[in-house]
Amino acid sequence: MGQHNETPMIELIDVYKSFGPKKVLDGVNLKVRRGESLTVMGGSGTGKSVMLKCILGLLKPDSGRIFIDGEEMTGASGRDQQRLRAHFGMLFQGGALFDSLPIWRNVTFALTNGRGGHAREMRDKAAMLLERVGLGPEVLDLRPSSLSGGMQKRAALARAIAHQPDVLFFDEPTTGLDPVLAGRINRLIVQLVKEMGATAVTITHDLHSARTISDRVAMLHQGKVIWDGPASALDESGNEIVDDFVKGLE
Amino acid sequence: MNFLIEALAALGRTAINMFSGVGRLMLFTLQALRAAVVPPYYFGRLAEQMALIGWFSLPVVGLTALFTGAALAQQIYVGGGRFNAESTVPAIVVFGMIRELGPVLVGLMVAGRVASSMAAELGTMRVTEQIDALATLRADPFRWLIAPRLVASVVMLPLLVMVANAIGIMGGWLLSVNKLGFNSGAYLATTRKFIEHDDFIMALMKAAVFGFFIALLGCYHGYRASGGAAGVGNATTHAVVSSFIMILLSNLIITLMVFG
Repeated sequence: MGQHNETPMIELIDVYKSFGPKKVLDGVNLKVRRGESLTVMGGSGTGKSVMLKCILGLLKPDSGRIFIDGEEMTGASGRDQQRLRAHFGMLFQGGALFDSLPIWRNVTFALTNGRGGHAREMRDKAAMLLERVGLGPEVLDLRPSSLSGGMQKRAALARAIAHQPDVLFFDEPTTGLDPVLAGRINRLIVQLVKEMGATAVTITHDLHSARTISDRVAMLHQGKVIWDGPASALDESGNEIVDDFVKGLE
Repeated sequence: MNFLIEALAALGRTAINMFSGVGRLMLFTLQALRAAVVPPYYFGRLAEQMALIGWFSLPVVGLTALFTGAALAQQIYVGGGRFNAESTVPAIVVFGMIRELGPVLVGLMVAGRVASSMAAELGTMRVTEQIDALATLRADPFRWLIAPRLVASVVMLPLLVMVANAIGIMGGWLLSVNKLGFNSGAYLATTRKFIEHDDFIMALMKAAVFGFFIALLGCYHGYRASGGAAGVGNATTHAVVSSFIMILLSNLIITLMVFG
Protein backbone atom coordinates (compact mmCIF):
# COMPACT_ATOMS: atom_id res chain seq x y z
CA MET A 1 0.00 0.00 0.00
CA GLY A 2 1.09 3.57 -0.65
CA GLN A 3 3.19 5.31 1.97
CA HIS A 4 2.31 8.91 1.21
CA ASN A 5 -0.97 10.52 2.01
CA GLU A 6 -0.75 12.58 -1.18
CA THR A 7 -1.20 9.38 -3.18
CA PRO A 8 -4.77 9.45 -4.47
CA MET A 9 -6.95 6.69 -3.02
CA ILE A 10 -8.28 6.04 -6.52
CA GLU A 11 -6.80 7.20 -9.80
CA LEU A 12 -8.02 6.52 -13.33
CA ILE A 13 -5.70 7.37 -16.21
CA ASP A 14 -7.03 7.37 -19.79
CA VAL A 15 -9.50 4.54 -19.22
CA TYR A 16 -11.27 3.27 -22.32
CA LYS A 17 -13.98 0.62 -22.45
CA SER A 18 -16.20 -0.43 -25.35
CA PHE A 19 -18.85 -3.10 -25.76
CA GLY A 20 -18.73 -4.12 -29.42
CA PRO A 21 -19.05 -0.92 -31.46
CA LYS A 22 -20.41 1.02 -28.45
CA LYS A 23 -17.79 3.22 -26.82
CA VAL A 24 -18.77 3.56 -23.15
CA LEU A 25 -15.66 5.03 -21.52
CA ASP A 26 -13.71 7.26 -23.85
CA GLY A 27 -10.58 8.23 -21.94
CA VAL A 28 -11.66 8.79 -18.35
CA ASN A 29 -9.20 10.62 -16.09
CA LEU A 30 -10.16 10.99 -12.45
CA LYS A 31 -8.52 11.23 -9.03
CA VAL A 32 -10.21 10.63 -5.69
CA ARG A 33 -8.28 11.88 -2.68
CA ARG A 34 -8.12 9.97 0.59
CA GLY A 35 -11.08 10.75 2.87
CA GLU A 36 -12.90 12.61 0.13
CA SER A 37 -16.52 11.99 -0.87
CA LEU A 38 -16.86 12.19 -4.63
CA THR A 39 -20.04 11.85 -6.63
CA VAL A 40 -19.91 10.93 -10.28
CA MET A 41 -22.97 12.30 -12.02
CA GLY A 42 -24.31 11.86 -15.50
CA GLY A 43 -27.38 10.82 -17.41
CA SER A 44 -28.40 7.22 -17.95
CA GLY A 45 -26.03 5.28 -20.19
CA THR A 46 -23.08 7.66 -19.80
CA GLY A 47 -20.85 4.92 -18.40
CA LYS A 48 -21.05 5.60 -14.66
CA SER A 49 -21.71 1.98 -13.66
CA VAL A 50 -19.13 0.69 -16.15
CA MET A 51 -16.54 3.04 -14.65
CA LEU A 52 -17.38 1.80 -11.16
CA LYS A 53 -17.12 -1.85 -12.27
CA CYS A 54 -13.72 -1.11 -13.83
CA ILE A 55 -12.50 0.39 -10.54
CA LEU A 56 -13.78 -2.66 -8.64
CA GLY A 57 -12.03 -4.96 -11.11
CA LEU A 58 -15.31 -6.54 -12.20
CA LEU A 59 -14.75 -5.29 -15.75
CA LYS A 60 -11.41 -5.03 -17.51
CA PRO A 61 -10.80 -1.74 -19.33
CA ASP A 62 -9.73 -2.00 -22.98
CA SER A 63 -6.87 0.35 -22.16
CA GLY A 64 -5.79 2.79 -19.47
CA ARG A 65 -4.68 2.29 -15.88
CA ILE A 66 -6.50 2.27 -12.55
CA PHE A 67 -4.64 2.65 -9.25
CA ILE A 68 -5.97 1.93 -5.78
CA ASP A 69 -3.90 3.65 -3.10
CA GLY A 70 -0.94 3.64 -5.50
CA GLU A 71 -1.30 -0.03 -6.47
CA GLU A 72 -2.40 -0.89 -9.97
CA MET A 73 -5.73 -2.72 -10.22
CA THR A 74 -5.68 -3.12 -13.99
CA GLY A 75 -3.64 -6.13 -14.94
CA ALA A 76 -3.30 -7.33 -11.33
CA SER A 77 -3.65 -11.09 -10.75
CA GLY A 78 -6.94 -12.45 -9.43
CA ARG A 79 -5.40 -12.86 -5.97
CA ASP A 80 -4.06 -9.28 -5.93
CA GLN A 81 -7.42 -7.95 -7.09
CA GLN A 82 -9.09 -9.82 -4.23
CA ARG A 83 -6.59 -8.34 -1.80
CA LEU A 84 -7.24 -4.83 -3.11
CA ARG A 85 -10.98 -5.41 -2.85
CA ALA A 86 -10.54 -5.92 0.89
CA HIS A 87 -10.34 -2.11 1.00
CA PHE A 88 -13.74 -1.75 -0.68
CA GLY A 89 -17.31 -1.77 0.52
CA MET A 90 -19.98 -1.56 -2.13
CA LEU A 91 -23.65 -0.71 -1.97
CA PHE A 92 -25.29 -2.01 -5.14
CA GLN A 93 -28.24 -0.28 -6.74
CA GLY A 94 -30.72 -3.02 -5.87
CA GLY A 95 -28.93 -4.04 -2.67
CA ALA A 96 -27.75 -7.33 -4.24
CA LEU A 97 -28.34 -9.20 -0.98
CA PHE A 98 -27.98 -12.96 -1.39
CA ASP A 99 -31.48 -14.44 -1.63
CA SER A 100 -30.37 -17.81 -0.33
CA LEU A 101 -28.97 -16.49 2.97
CA PRO A 102 -30.68 -14.93 5.99
CA ILE A 103 -29.95 -11.27 6.67
CA TRP A 104 -27.43 -11.97 9.44
CA ARG A 105 -25.31 -14.14 7.14
CA ASN A 106 -25.58 -11.54 4.38
CA VAL A 107 -24.37 -8.79 6.71
CA THR A 108 -21.41 -10.80 8.02
CA PHE A 109 -20.51 -12.32 4.65
CA ALA A 110 -17.24 -10.39 4.28
CA LEU A 111 -16.19 -11.41 7.80
CA THR A 112 -16.88 -15.12 7.34
CA ASN A 113 -15.92 -15.31 3.67
CA GLY A 114 -19.30 -16.94 3.10
CA ARG A 115 -18.72 -19.77 5.60
CA GLY A 116 -21.16 -20.81 8.27
CA GLY A 117 -18.97 -20.97 11.42
CA HIS A 118 -19.07 -18.81 14.59
CA ALA A 119 -22.83 -18.41 14.28
CA ARG A 120 -23.50 -16.82 17.68
CA GLU A 121 -20.64 -14.34 17.41
CA MET A 122 -21.60 -13.44 13.85
CA ARG A 123 -25.28 -12.97 14.72
CA ASP A 124 -24.26 -10.55 17.49
CA LYS A 125 -21.99 -8.72 15.09
CA ALA A 126 -24.77 -8.56 12.49
CA ALA A 127 -27.22 -7.20 15.09
CA MET A 128 -24.72 -4.48 15.96
CA LEU A 129 -24.15 -3.53 12.32
CA LEU A 130 -27.87 -3.54 11.60
CA GLU A 131 -28.42 -1.24 14.56
CA ARG A 132 -25.95 1.23 13.01
CA VAL A 133 -28.15 1.44 9.92
CA GLY A 134 -31.37 1.64 11.93
CA LEU A 135 -32.62 -1.95 11.67
CA GLY A 136 -33.65 -4.05 14.65
CA PRO A 137 -32.70 -7.64 15.54
CA GLU A 138 -36.10 -8.88 14.29
CA VAL A 139 -34.74 -8.89 10.72
CA LEU A 140 -31.72 -11.09 11.51
CA ASP A 141 -33.30 -14.36 10.45
CA LEU A 142 -35.43 -13.02 7.62
CA ARG A 143 -34.61 -13.59 3.97
CA PRO A 144 -33.95 -10.48 1.86
CA SER A 145 -37.21 -10.97 -0.05
CA SER A 146 -39.15 -10.39 3.20
CA LEU A 147 -37.74 -6.86 3.56
CA SER A 148 -38.99 -3.67 1.91
CA GLY A 149 -36.77 -1.87 -0.63
CA GLY A 150 -35.54 0.66 1.94
CA MET A 151 -34.79 -2.03 4.52
CA GLN A 152 -32.89 -4.06 1.91
CA LYS A 153 -30.78 -1.00 1.09
CA ARG A 154 -29.97 -0.50 4.76
CA ALA A 155 -29.13 -4.17 5.25
CA ALA A 156 -26.90 -3.97 2.15
CA LEU A 157 -25.25 -0.89 3.65
CA ALA A 158 -24.60 -2.83 6.86
CA ARG A 159 -23.00 -5.58 4.74
CA ALA A 160 -20.85 -3.03 2.90
CA ILE A 161 -19.40 -1.55 6.11
CA ALA A 162 -19.02 -4.81 8.07
CA HIS A 163 -15.31 -5.27 7.33
CA GLN A 164 -14.42 -1.59 7.97
CA PRO A 165 -13.43 -0.76 4.38
CA ASP A 166 -11.30 2.27 3.48
CA VAL A 167 -13.33 3.03 0.38
CA LEU A 168 -17.11 2.92 0.09
CA PHE A 169 -18.86 2.82 -3.29
CA PHE A 170 -22.52 3.68 -3.65
CA ASP A 171 -24.29 2.84 -6.90
CA GLU A 172 -27.47 4.93 -7.22
CA PRO A 173 -28.15 4.72 -3.47
CA THR A 174 -31.52 6.46 -3.62
CA THR A 175 -32.98 5.05 -6.83
CA GLY A 176 -36.40 3.50 -6.32
CA LEU A 177 -36.91 5.01 -2.86
CA ASP A 178 -39.51 7.61 -1.88
CA PRO A 179 -38.12 11.08 -0.97
CA VAL A 180 -38.33 10.45 2.78
CA LEU A 181 -36.47 7.13 2.55
CA ALA A 182 -34.01 8.60 0.06
CA GLY A 183 -33.25 11.42 2.53
CA ARG A 184 -32.78 8.89 5.31
CA ILE A 185 -30.34 6.83 3.22
CA ASN A 186 -28.43 10.00 2.22
CA ARG A 187 -28.04 11.06 5.87
CA LEU A 188 -27.01 7.54 6.83
CA ILE A 189 -24.32 7.51 4.15
CA VAL A 190 -22.95 10.89 5.27
CA GLN A 191 -22.91 9.73 8.90
CA LEU A 192 -21.24 6.38 8.18
CA VAL A 193 -18.61 7.85 5.87
CA LYS A 194 -17.77 10.48 8.51
CA GLU A 195 -17.67 7.94 11.37
CA MET A 196 -15.44 5.55 9.43
CA GLY A 197 -13.23 8.25 7.93
CA ALA A 198 -13.60 6.44 4.62
CA THR A 199 -13.20 7.63 1.06
CA ALA A 200 -16.57 7.54 -0.72
CA VAL A 201 -17.45 7.31 -4.39
CA THR A 202 -21.11 7.62 -5.29
CA ILE A 203 -22.64 7.39 -8.70
CA THR A 204 -26.05 8.90 -9.11
CA HIS A 205 -28.21 11.13 -11.23
CA ASP A 206 -30.05 12.34 -8.14
CA LEU A 207 -28.91 15.96 -7.67
CA HIS A 208 -30.21 16.24 -4.14
CA SER A 209 -28.33 13.09 -3.18
CA ALA A 210 -25.13 14.41 -4.81
CA ARG A 211 -25.32 17.72 -2.92
CA THR A 212 -26.03 15.96 0.41
CA ILE A 213 -23.41 13.23 0.17
CA SER A 214 -20.42 14.70 -1.60
CA ASP A 215 -17.55 17.14 -1.22
CA ARG A 216 -16.80 17.05 -4.93
CA VAL A 217 -18.74 16.21 -8.07
CA ALA A 218 -17.46 14.91 -11.41
CA MET A 219 -19.71 14.98 -14.45
CA LEU A 220 -19.45 12.09 -16.88
CA HIS A 221 -20.74 12.75 -20.38
CA GLN A 222 -20.28 10.53 -23.44
CA GLY A 223 -17.62 8.49 -21.68
CA LYS A 224 -15.49 11.44 -20.51
CA VAL A 225 -15.25 13.51 -17.34
CA ILE A 226 -16.28 16.93 -18.66
CA TRP A 227 -16.43 18.82 -15.37
CA ASP A 228 -15.04 18.30 -11.92
CA GLY A 229 -15.49 20.64 -8.98
CA PRO A 230 -16.84 21.18 -5.45
CA ALA A 231 -20.45 20.09 -4.88
CA SER A 232 -21.21 23.66 -3.79
CA ALA A 233 -20.17 24.94 -7.25
CA LEU A 234 -22.63 22.76 -9.16
CA ASP A 235 -24.96 25.70 -9.85
CA GLU A 236 -22.13 27.91 -11.13
CA SER A 237 -20.13 25.34 -13.03
CA GLY A 238 -19.79 27.43 -16.17
CA ASN A 239 -20.26 24.24 -18.16
CA GLU A 240 -23.26 24.12 -20.46
CA ILE A 241 -23.84 20.37 -20.13
CA VAL A 242 -23.63 20.51 -16.32
CA ASP A 243 -25.99 23.53 -16.28
CA ASP A 244 -28.49 21.68 -18.48
CA PHE A 245 -28.24 18.60 -16.25
CA VAL A 246 -28.76 20.66 -13.09
CA LYS A 247 -31.73 22.47 -14.62
CA GLY A 248 -33.14 19.26 -16.05
CA LEU A 249 -32.90 20.44 -19.68
CA GLU A 250 -32.22 18.29 -22.77
CA MET B 1 -22.10 -9.94 -56.05
CA ASN B 2 -23.25 -7.98 -53.00
CA PHE B 3 -25.52 -10.84 -52.04
CA LEU B 4 -22.61 -13.26 -52.19
CA ILE B 5 -20.44 -11.02 -50.01
CA GLU B 6 -23.24 -10.59 -47.47
CA ALA B 7 -23.85 -14.36 -47.39
CA LEU B 8 -20.14 -15.01 -46.86
CA ALA B 9 -19.99 -12.33 -44.15
CA ALA B 10 -22.98 -13.91 -42.38
CA LEU B 11 -21.32 -17.31 -42.61
CA GLY B 12 -18.08 -15.86 -41.22
CA ARG B 13 -19.92 -14.16 -38.34
CA THR B 14 -21.68 -17.41 -37.48
CA ALA B 15 -18.39 -19.32 -37.52
CA ILE B 16 -16.66 -16.69 -35.35
CA ASN B 17 -19.59 -16.69 -32.88
CA MET B 18 -19.53 -20.47 -32.73
CA PHE B 19 -15.78 -20.64 -32.10
CA SER B 20 -15.84 -17.84 -29.54
CA GLY B 21 -18.75 -19.60 -27.80
CA VAL B 22 -16.77 -22.85 -27.64
CA GLY B 23 -13.75 -20.92 -26.36
CA ARG B 24 -15.81 -19.23 -23.64
CA LEU B 25 -17.26 -22.57 -22.55
CA MET B 26 -13.78 -24.12 -22.45
CA LEU B 27 -12.41 -21.28 -20.30
CA PHE B 28 -15.44 -21.52 -18.02
CA THR B 29 -14.92 -25.29 -17.72
CA LEU B 30 -11.24 -24.87 -16.81
CA GLN B 31 -12.05 -22.22 -14.20
CA ALA B 32 -14.81 -24.41 -12.75
CA LEU B 33 -12.55 -27.48 -12.59
CA ARG B 34 -9.78 -25.48 -10.96
CA ALA B 35 -12.19 -24.14 -8.35
CA ALA B 36 -13.46 -27.68 -7.71
CA VAL B 37 -9.98 -29.13 -7.22
CA VAL B 38 -7.88 -26.37 -5.61
CA PRO B 39 -8.76 -25.35 -2.02
CA PRO B 40 -10.41 -23.59 -0.25
CA TYR B 41 -13.55 -25.74 -0.39
CA TYR B 42 -17.02 -24.81 0.84
CA PHE B 43 -18.23 -28.10 2.38
CA GLY B 44 -21.45 -26.56 3.68
CA ARG B 45 -22.39 -25.40 0.20
CA LEU B 46 -21.45 -28.82 -1.19
CA ALA B 47 -23.69 -30.65 1.31
CA GLU B 48 -26.53 -28.28 0.49
CA GLN B 49 -26.17 -28.94 -3.24
CA MET B 50 -25.88 -32.70 -2.71
CA ALA B 51 -29.21 -32.63 -0.89
CA LEU B 52 -30.82 -30.47 -3.57
CA ILE B 53 -29.54 -32.54 -6.47
CA GLY B 54 -29.63 -36.01 -4.92
CA TRP B 55 -32.21 -36.24 -2.17
CA PHE B 56 -34.82 -33.98 -3.72
CA SER B 57 -34.52 -35.70 -7.12
CA LEU B 58 -35.30 -39.10 -5.62
CA PRO B 59 -39.12 -38.96 -6.01
CA VAL B 60 -39.07 -38.01 -9.69
CA VAL B 61 -36.22 -40.40 -10.48
CA GLY B 62 -37.84 -43.25 -8.53
CA LEU B 63 -41.23 -42.86 -10.21
CA THR B 64 -39.69 -42.56 -13.68
CA ALA B 65 -37.62 -45.72 -13.14
CA LEU B 66 -40.54 -47.68 -11.67
CA PHE B 67 -42.91 -46.91 -14.53
CA THR B 68 -40.26 -47.38 -17.21
CA GLY B 69 -39.09 -50.73 -15.80
CA ALA B 70 -42.68 -52.01 -15.71
CA ALA B 71 -43.48 -50.72 -19.22
CA LEU B 72 -40.25 -52.26 -20.52
CA ALA B 73 -41.20 -55.67 -19.09
CA GLN B 74 -44.63 -55.47 -20.74
CA GLN B 75 -43.12 -54.48 -24.12
CA ILE B 76 -40.52 -57.26 -24.05
CA TYR B 77 -43.16 -59.78 -23.05
CA VAL B 78 -45.39 -58.81 -25.98
CA GLY B 79 -42.51 -58.46 -28.46
CA GLY B 80 -40.78 -61.63 -27.28
CA GLY B 81 -44.09 -63.51 -27.54
CA ARG B 82 -43.88 -63.28 -31.34
CA PHE B 83 -41.01 -65.78 -31.34
CA ASN B 84 -41.71 -67.60 -28.07
CA ALA B 85 -39.07 -65.65 -26.13
CA GLU B 86 -41.19 -64.40 -23.22
CA SER B 87 -38.63 -65.82 -20.82
CA THR B 88 -36.11 -63.16 -21.86
CA VAL B 89 -38.07 -60.48 -19.95
CA PRO B 90 -35.87 -60.42 -16.79
CA ALA B 91 -32.61 -60.45 -18.76
CA ILE B 92 -33.63 -57.66 -21.13
CA VAL B 93 -35.08 -55.54 -18.31
CA VAL B 94 -31.69 -55.78 -16.57
CA PHE B 95 -29.73 -54.93 -19.72
CA GLY B 96 -32.12 -52.18 -20.73
CA MET B 97 -32.24 -50.51 -17.35
CA ILE B 98 -28.56 -50.74 -16.41
CA ARG B 99 -26.97 -50.09 -19.77
CA GLU B 100 -29.29 -47.43 -21.22
CA LEU B 101 -32.57 -46.45 -19.63
CA GLY B 102 -31.37 -46.00 -16.05
CA PRO B 103 -28.54 -43.55 -16.79
CA VAL B 104 -30.27 -41.74 -19.67
CA LEU B 105 -33.64 -41.31 -17.97
CA VAL B 106 -32.05 -40.17 -14.73
CA GLY B 107 -29.80 -37.82 -16.69
CA LEU B 108 -32.73 -36.30 -18.57
CA MET B 109 -34.98 -36.02 -15.51
CA VAL B 110 -32.25 -34.44 -13.40
CA ALA B 111 -31.27 -32.13 -16.28
CA GLY B 112 -34.88 -30.94 -16.50
CA ARG B 113 -35.04 -30.40 -12.76
CA VAL B 114 -31.54 -29.28 -11.84
CA ALA B 115 -29.93 -27.63 -14.90
CA SER B 116 -32.97 -25.38 -15.21
CA SER B 117 -32.92 -24.44 -11.53
CA MET B 118 -29.16 -23.76 -11.57
CA ALA B 119 -29.48 -21.56 -14.66
CA ALA B 120 -32.45 -19.69 -13.21
CA GLU B 121 -30.80 -19.14 -9.81
CA LEU B 122 -27.42 -18.07 -11.15
CA GLY B 123 -29.06 -16.03 -13.91
CA THR B 124 -31.14 -14.15 -11.35
CA MET B 125 -28.03 -13.64 -9.23
CA ARG B 126 -26.24 -12.27 -12.29
CA VAL B 127 -28.93 -9.80 -13.33
CA THR B 128 -29.50 -8.60 -9.75
CA GLU B 129 -25.72 -8.08 -9.32
CA GLN B 130 -25.43 -10.71 -6.58
CA ILE B 131 -22.53 -12.34 -8.45
CA ASP B 132 -20.74 -8.96 -8.62
CA ALA B 133 -21.48 -8.54 -4.91
CA LEU B 134 -19.79 -11.89 -4.20
CA ALA B 135 -16.65 -10.69 -5.96
CA THR B 136 -16.61 -7.38 -4.06
CA LEU B 137 -16.96 -9.35 -0.81
CA ARG B 138 -13.84 -11.30 -1.81
CA ALA B 139 -15.63 -14.60 -2.41
CA ASP B 140 -14.71 -16.24 -5.71
CA PRO B 141 -18.04 -16.95 -7.47
CA PHE B 142 -16.50 -20.04 -9.05
CA ARG B 143 -15.64 -21.49 -5.65
CA TRP B 144 -18.79 -20.41 -3.87
CA LEU B 145 -21.39 -21.01 -6.56
CA ILE B 146 -20.10 -23.28 -9.29
CA ALA B 147 -17.64 -25.77 -7.77
CA PRO B 148 -20.12 -27.10 -5.15
CA ARG B 149 -22.77 -27.61 -7.84
CA LEU B 150 -20.34 -29.34 -10.18
CA VAL B 151 -18.94 -31.71 -7.55
CA ALA B 152 -22.38 -32.46 -6.07
CA SER B 153 -23.81 -33.27 -9.47
CA VAL B 154 -20.91 -35.57 -10.46
CA VAL B 155 -21.17 -37.41 -7.12
CA MET B 156 -24.97 -37.62 -6.86
CA LEU B 157 -25.86 -38.70 -10.40
CA PRO B 158 -24.20 -42.15 -10.06
CA LEU B 159 -26.00 -42.66 -6.74
CA LEU B 160 -29.32 -41.68 -8.33
CA VAL B 161 -28.64 -44.03 -11.25
CA MET B 162 -27.96 -46.92 -8.85
CA VAL B 163 -31.27 -46.25 -7.12
CA ALA B 164 -33.08 -45.86 -10.45
CA ASN B 165 -31.65 -49.14 -11.76
CA ALA B 166 -32.80 -50.98 -8.66
CA ILE B 167 -36.27 -49.44 -8.78
CA GLY B 168 -36.57 -49.97 -12.55
CA ILE B 169 -35.68 -53.66 -12.23
CA MET B 170 -38.15 -53.88 -9.36
CA GLY B 171 -40.84 -52.31 -11.58
CA GLY B 172 -40.23 -54.98 -14.19
CA TRP B 173 -40.32 -57.72 -11.55
CA LEU B 174 -43.57 -56.38 -9.99
CA LEU B 175 -45.37 -56.32 -13.32
CA SER B 176 -43.95 -59.65 -14.48
CA VAL B 177 -44.92 -61.46 -11.29
CA ASN B 178 -48.30 -59.84 -10.72
CA LYS B 179 -49.58 -59.47 -14.29
CA LEU B 180 -47.54 -61.67 -16.63
CA GLY B 181 -47.50 -64.76 -14.42
CA PHE B 182 -43.74 -65.10 -13.86
CA ASN B 183 -42.43 -67.03 -10.87
CA SER B 184 -40.90 -64.53 -8.46
CA GLY B 185 -37.90 -66.66 -7.42
CA ALA B 186 -37.02 -67.66 -10.98
CA TYR B 187 -37.36 -64.05 -12.18
CA LEU B 188 -35.01 -62.76 -9.48
CA ALA B 189 -32.52 -65.57 -10.10
CA THR B 190 -32.35 -64.69 -13.81
CA THR B 191 -32.07 -61.01 -12.94
CA ARG B 192 -29.08 -61.68 -10.67
CA LYS B 193 -27.46 -63.82 -13.36
CA PHE B 194 -27.56 -61.03 -15.92
CA ILE B 195 -26.33 -58.17 -13.72
CA GLU B 196 -22.76 -57.76 -14.96
CA HIS B 197 -20.02 -55.85 -13.20
CA ASP B 198 -18.87 -54.07 -16.39
CA ASP B 199 -22.40 -52.90 -17.23
CA PHE B 200 -22.73 -51.51 -13.76
CA ILE B 201 -19.42 -49.62 -14.01
CA MET B 202 -20.38 -48.23 -17.41
CA ALA B 203 -23.72 -47.01 -16.03
CA LEU B 204 -21.97 -45.20 -13.19
CA MET B 205 -19.43 -43.72 -15.58
CA LYS B 206 -22.21 -42.47 -17.83
CA ALA B 207 -24.00 -41.00 -14.82
CA ALA B 208 -20.92 -39.10 -13.67
CA VAL B 209 -20.41 -37.67 -17.17
CA PHE B 210 -24.09 -36.67 -17.36
CA GLY B 211 -23.84 -35.07 -13.93
CA PHE B 212 -20.84 -33.06 -15.08
CA PHE B 213 -22.65 -31.73 -18.16
CA ILE B 214 -25.85 -30.95 -16.25
CA ALA B 215 -24.08 -28.78 -13.67
CA LEU B 216 -21.58 -27.28 -16.11
CA LEU B 217 -24.21 -26.16 -18.62
CA GLY B 218 -26.73 -25.11 -15.99
CA CYS B 219 -24.08 -22.92 -14.32
CA TYR B 220 -22.56 -21.67 -17.58
CA HIS B 221 -25.80 -20.38 -19.03
CA GLY B 222 -26.94 -18.91 -15.71
CA TYR B 223 -23.59 -17.25 -15.03
CA ARG B 224 -23.60 -15.58 -18.44
CA ALA B 225 -27.26 -14.50 -18.33
CA SER B 226 -28.00 -10.88 -19.17
CA GLY B 227 -31.00 -8.75 -19.98
CA GLY B 228 -33.34 -9.13 -17.01
CA ALA B 229 -36.15 -11.67 -16.73
CA ALA B 230 -36.11 -12.50 -20.45
CA GLY B 231 -32.37 -13.18 -20.26
CA VAL B 232 -32.85 -15.53 -17.31
CA GLY B 233 -35.62 -17.32 -19.25
CA ASN B 234 -33.33 -17.77 -22.26
CA ALA B 235 -30.49 -19.00 -20.05
CA THR B 236 -32.81 -21.62 -18.50
CA THR B 237 -34.00 -22.85 -21.89
CA HIS B 238 -30.44 -23.04 -23.26
CA ALA B 239 -29.26 -24.88 -20.14
CA VAL B 240 -31.93 -27.57 -20.44
CA VAL B 241 -31.65 -28.02 -24.22
CA SER B 242 -27.84 -28.09 -24.27
CA SER B 243 -27.62 -30.50 -21.34
CA PHE B 244 -30.19 -32.83 -23.00
CA ILE B 245 -28.12 -32.82 -26.19
CA MET B 246 -24.85 -33.43 -24.34
CA ILE B 247 -26.39 -36.28 -22.32
CA LEU B 248 -27.65 -38.04 -25.43
CA LEU B 249 -24.45 -37.41 -27.39
CA SER B 250 -22.10 -38.50 -24.59
CA ASN B 251 -24.31 -41.57 -24.00
CA LEU B 252 -23.83 -42.58 -27.62
CA ILE B 253 -20.08 -41.94 -27.50
CA ILE B 254 -19.60 -43.97 -24.28
CA THR B 255 -21.79 -46.81 -25.59
CA LEU B 256 -19.80 -46.92 -28.84
CA MET B 257 -16.53 -46.81 -26.94
CA VAL B 258 -17.51 -49.71 -24.70
CA PHE B 259 -19.55 -51.87 -27.09
CA GLY B 260 -18.54 -50.54 -30.51
